[in-house]
Amino acid sequence: MSRLKQLLKIKKLKQFFPNMKPLVIITVLLFTLTSCYNRYNNVSVTEPVKSSVHELVHIPSSKEMKKIEGGSYLGFIGKDSGRIVTVDSFLIDDSPVTVSEYLEFLKKNPQWTKSHINRLYADNDYLHNWEGDFEIPKNVDPNSPVTNISWFAARAYARSVGKRLPTIDEWEYVGLADEQTKDASSKPEFTEFILNSYQNKKTYENPIKADKPNYYGVYDMYGMVWEWTSDFNSVMITGESRNDSATNETLFCSGAAVTTSDLKNYAAFIRFAMRGSLKADYTVNNLGFRCAKDI
Amino acid sequence: MKKAFLLLTAIFTMLSCKHEEKPKEVDLSNSIFQLDSTWEDQNGQKIKLAELNGKILVIAMIYTECKTACPMLTNEMRNIERSIGNYDPAQVRLVLVSIDPKTDTPEKMKAYLKLNNFEGEQWLFLRSDDESTREFANVLSVKYKKISPMDFSHSNIITVFSKYGELAYQKAGLSNDIKDVAEEVKEQIKKS
Repeated sequence: MSRLKQLLKIKKLKQFFPNMKPLVIITVLLFTLTSCYNRYNNVSVTEPVKSSVHELVHIPSSKEMKKIEGGSYLGFIGKDSGRIVTVDSFLIDDSPVTVSEYLEFLKKNPQWTKSHINRLYADNDYLHNWEGDFEIPKNVDPNSPVTNISWFAARAYARSVGKRLPTIDEWEYVGLADEQTKDASSKPEFTEFILNSYQNKKTYENPIKADKPNYYGVYDMYGMVWEWTSDFNSVMITGESRNDSATNETLFCSGAAVTTSDLKNYAAFIRFAMRGSLKADYTVNNLGFRCAKDI
Repeated sequence: MKKAFLLLTAIFTMLSCKHEEKPKEVDLSNSIFQLDSTWEDQNGQKIKLAELNGKILVIAMIYTECKTACPMLTNEMRNIERSIGNYDPAQVRLVLVSIDPKTDTPEKMKAYLKLNNFEGEQWLFLRSDDESTREFANVLSVKYKKISPMDFSHSNIITVFSKYGELAYQKAGLSNDIKDVAEEVKEQIKKS
């Protein structure tokens, strides 16, 4: 109907401008051409929605980072067994990202809240026990590590504070240190300490930095939560869960099976097995993250 | 005369939209077309995934230097394309995505497609940077790792996406049984 009105208006105008006919016709034609355009567009949906990782609002972070001097160590797993892994110097958060730190991120980046997150980026257990988008549950310590976080979410957080996730090689390198030395991997008691730490339950409920820091001044590498790494999906284990069938061995190109280079690396094997079982949208209640940064 | 013409035009205008269907409500919250990464195709053209919106996608991640599983994956892609039967190439994109973007230049990607007789607008070979490649692999649940200067180990997964970018079907492993994948693509074509 509005089109008709518009036409009538144009006709009135014509009384004042007798030579307008061609113009009117052109106008009408143009209008005809454009009138359907929008609707047509709506049918084939083209607008990518806002929740892209790349449109993050940057937030300040007061998290302390420790400098890790580069170096090398003997790799743990599969084709890496016996490989010398070299790591450049980098910075790493001195503790896992906490619930309250993550809340600050959500406030500035609501597209990552529980109700708005892109379903591509997290499964249904994302921030599982949060009561609302900006509400930390009452029984959760704001200073405990944030968990039920997907890889995508962890990566988005890291970007928003101008950092990144550590690589597996970097994480494992920092994880070699006990309280006194950079590389405690040959100490049986250190391996025992790690293995014991894996047996404690619900450690994700504890506040960060309650235990002693390691050689670098980094807290909670063990005994708190599993942590995401940027390249966790480079770990391949035959018999991984996505297809428990006879075709399993054909899943992977080179059939890179896990072969621990050394039994004493059993603790590392557990971590690699855990990484190998993850998918990027998985959220688990004892899986959190910390950030790293290039120097 | 002109008045009549005007009137006709006006009526035509009003009618023209009448039969247009109401925009279909599509939930885009899990569409890969939302990924913001930038890619480069075999012709060196920069491309965003959103530009593939409206096409049914069949995707495999490979690298051109691969001598073991990738030729088989590539062959599966060929068989899938053949099994779809008659289709409008404008509706479908069969996409190879490089997990070795440093080596796989547009020239190499183009040569690879040519070598396999993958010709026509429906064949795409894409590469991006390492970071976007890993993100994309994670969306497809593909795992990969560089195991030597030339070689990667990687999951052998073929994924079908609807024209809205929703994951419709995944085939894991080199089972050679591509029938289900082809059926899914046919189903998606029928729907669109």
